[in-house]
Amino acid sequence: MTELIVQQNWFVWMTLLPLGAAVATFLAPGQARWIGLTTALFLPFCALAAIAATVFSTAQPLTVGNWPTPLGIELRTDGLALVMLAVTALVGFIISCYALGYFPPRQHHLSRTHYFWPLWLFLWGGCNALFVSGDLFNLYVTLELVSLASVALIALEGGKAALAAALRYLFIGLLGSLAYLLGVGILYATYATLDITLLGEIISDSRLNHAAMSLMIAGLVLKSALFPLHFWLPQAHTMAPAPVSAVLSALVVKAAYVVLLRLWFEVFPALDTLAIGHLLGLLGCVAIIWGSLMALRQERLKLLIAYSTIAQIGYLFLVFPLARGEAMAGAWVGGVLLMMTHACGKAAMFLMAGTIHHTAGSDRISRLAGAGGPIGVQVVVFTLAAATIIGLPPSGGFFAKWLFINAALATGQWWYIAIILSGTLLAAAYIARVLGWAFLDVKRSSYPVIPWVMKWPPLALSVIALVFGLIAYAPVQIALIGAPVSVPLLVEFGP
Amino acid sequence: MNDLILLAILSSSLLPGLIIFTLPEQSVRLRTILNLGGAGVKLLLVAVLFLHVAQREYAELRLPLLPDMELVLRADALSLLFLTLSAFLWLLTTIYAIGYLEGSPHRSRFFGFFSLCVSATTGIALSGDMVTFVVFYEMLTISTYPLVVHRGTPAALHAGRIYLAYTLGGGVVLFFATVWLRAIAGPLDFRPGGVVSALDPTLYGSLTIIFALLILSLGVKAALVPLHIWLPNAMIAPAPVSALLHAVAVVKAGAFGIIRVIHDIYGINFSVELNLLFPLALLAAFTVIYGSIRALSQNDLKRRLAFSTVSQVSYILLGVTMATPLATIGGLVHLVHQGVMKITLFFCAGNLAETLGIHKIDEMDGVGRRMPWTMAAFTIGALGMIGLPPLAGFISKWYLGLGGLAADQPWIVLVLIGSTLLNSCYFLPVLHRIWFVQPRQNWPPSALRCGRETTWALLAPPLITAFLVVALGLLAHSFGSPLYWVELIAAREYGL
Repeated sequence: MTELIVQQNWFVWMTLLPLGAAVATFLAPGQARWIGLTTALFLPFCALAAIAATVFSTAQPLTVGNWPTPLGIELRTDGLALVMLAVTALVGFIISCYALGYFPPRQHHLSRTHYFWPLWLFLWGGCNALFVSGDLFNLYVTLELVSLASVALIALEGGKAALAAALRYLFIGLLGSLAYLLGVGILYATYATLDITLLGEIISDSRLNHAAMSLMIAGLVLKSALFPLHFWLPQAHTMAPAPVSAVLSALVVKAAYVVLLRLWFEVFPALDTLAIGHLLGLLGCVAIIWGSLMALRQERLKLLIAYSTIAQIGYLFLVFPLARGEAMAGAWVGGVLLMMTHACGKAAMFLMAGTIHHTAGSDRISRLAGAGGPIGVQVVVFTLAAATIIGLPPSGGFFAKWLFINAALATGQWWYIAIILSGTLLAAAYIARVLGWAFLDVKRSSYPVIPWVMKWPPLALSVIALVFGLIAYAPVQIALIGAPVSVPLLVEFGP
Repeated sequence: MNDLILLAILSSSLLPGLIIFTLPEQSVRLRTILNLGGAGVKLLLVAVLFLHVAQREYAELRLPLLPDMELVLRADALSLLFLTLSAFLWLLTTIYAIGYLEGSPHRSRFFGFFSLCVSATTGIALSGDMVTFVVFYEMLTISTYPLVVHRGTPAALHAGRIYLAYTLGGGVVLFFATVWLRAIAGPLDFRPGGVVSALDPTLYGSLTIIFALLILSLGVKAALVPLHIWLPNAMIAPAPVSALLHAVAVVKAGAFGIIRVIHDIYGINFSVELNLLFPLALLAAFTVIYGSIRALSQNDLKRRLAFSTVSQVSYILLGVTMATPLATIGGLVHLVHQGVMKITLFFCAGNLAETLGIHKIDEMDGVGRRMPWTMAAFTIGALGMIGLPPLAGFISKWYLGLGGLAADQPWIVLVLIGSTLLNSCYFLPVLHRIWFVQPRQNWPPSALRCGRETTWALLAPPLITAFLVVALGLLAHSFGSPLYWVELIAAREYGL
């Protein structure tokens, strides 16, 4: 039995299954819901099996089609890929359940359901492929897959505003990809290989390489919406239907960030990255403050959540200046932990916003007044999920911030601590604003009925986000398999 | 004894709380069973643990969080002091709350968060290291907010915002100070004598700053002046919440945290060596006097009690900062005594508001004739607060005074005398009104059977706690009493 699990090519399956299902749902739109749900049900098990296979066997690099490395496609099956696959499977499964209720089978514009499932499964497959890609060109291809699917998903709602947001997203995505591709081209011209591991070994500290690195990072920063290149995100994320917003905020933004992590820690460690690291850190700081302040000013729930995503992305970029010397492992794990927990928390928040919109008829925050009845549960779920955004214990966000502050102390970069702490307070302020409206006692007369798939699956997700800090031990250990950093996470420093 | 008892104690309130959230509003019976069942089971488990810890069998449970970090639950004597208090008063407050909120909306939400709040307090009591403490401390902040704003009025929401602003601000500072301390001192297990005394002397500057930050952040919940503003505002909450807030949950969590930091992180001797305690003693003394003076001018009964809490909680800190065994005994025993006395007063204030609609002190003329039992309990609580022998408050003040003299700081006695006078000034006129002033109008007659003044659920809890106020004073030296217990703790801390 163990043999059977270990020897399967789970990583390949996890890519092929959603892609195949995407084609199937496109060909048989009538059955799309069930094909989609079955696929979504299978993928978490595949992820578990993949983890088991990696933990119980000595991991070999996997080459598809048995071509040797420089020619064939090598899959990366390290810890980062594993945890991202697992988190994506979990979040994707919940989002799929929710989508069942959100896109009911018999409704007027049937086309939305028609297109949602193929595109979403396509995007899922793209994400999975991206996480296990081991060379720079494959990363480019998968990144494009994810982008194109996202563009179509944003446009799903129809209408002028949604189309405009989708188009803008398309152009931004293309620009980012082009910059990235240019960088890849430069590296290929110099070294004639695109394999991440090989490049990491032979790359040297030359000007041309710096140019390539800057181009690639700029492209990825654009795609992951770091301030000031975030302008496309709020519209894109709020115009889309709720499950799509959840996918975009929780997974798609992270995809670009994962590529960036791989580049920074596995391809470019030989280069002198001090200045770029500080630049990214500075932008991250501004993103934290700016995103939180904007979130504080929003009147609509979805916009508030979208701006909160911008702030959270800011935290992710603090990894780059903080990860040096002894603090390397702490900062890296902090980033990965934040990515996982934010994926769960933010997806739950967007799903809940969709449910609240569905119940209250609008996603204006003031419409939450008197949310004591059926919306009461939803607001509680929303708050539980928000705990990880604020960084309250025992959420993963709390421990991620712990690791960041520890790294900042160990490397003597005090200013980041001030930013992290004030970002925490600002996040608490904008969440408390939502809560304040929800607790205001106003008599409501009637509430529409909500399908249970729109209530309970997000609850599961938000509870996971909330207690992620308590169960983080195993995920962090898995993430550290084959990681470019090594423990200890917490650096103790003397006088 | 199995160490899993610690988890069982935690989940005895956490699980019922989570189930209650999902219950529909109408299922009163099931909710009541869950509430009282959870509280009863918890009290039972705590009693078992108490007997074991009394024989110096400490329970400990470690759960890995991150590769270098653990969640540590441990039951030592100090944990049990706080744990027993909270388990016992939770049972009483639950009974009281069931009676108090009968027929009002959002009860599932209320009792759900109520249980979470108590779980967090339990977690604070059982924390075995600083990381665990911070986790539960923040959990307490969040789970209390919905209770404070439970009424849902704009005034309640305003008070809730102030509460969150203060406590979360304090929480962030606490978080930072803990990360910093962890970074220079390694694992922060609570251990008698502290864990930082062996550090390099060049770090003493950092340690002093961290100590200040820790006290500052924990002082928010302990309502040290000038960080006390949120407490009188939070009076808007329903009476059971105020009772819990003042007697066990929030303010005590702050005071308990400060005790842990001084005793088990820094260590008494090391704190004295670094001269950390005297500024805190001054601040505590100032808070004692300031809170009493502000209480004088409050006409709202609950606000007067709130300022009284501000003053009384700092007795605990005063005792701990004197750094003599006797003063420590006085401070620690006041943690329990103040809780029992203050919860009595809040129960009675709630009864007045719920039964007769009285909120202001000048409406209380002659109310002793209408509600004699409630007012008798109130009188005992108030006299205990003043420190009349042989009530519980007297024991605390006696040991505090002795401790101050032993520490060669006779000004402490002056502070105590001043505070006692002020206590009398703001409590005795109320008692006079209750018993000796003619009522302004005829009180509405009781609708209950046999003309009972109010329902049993509202009447029994204050009577029990008032009885305890007397018993804790009279039987202060018997086995298992709080005084007996804190003598053990102090003996261990000072190595006597």
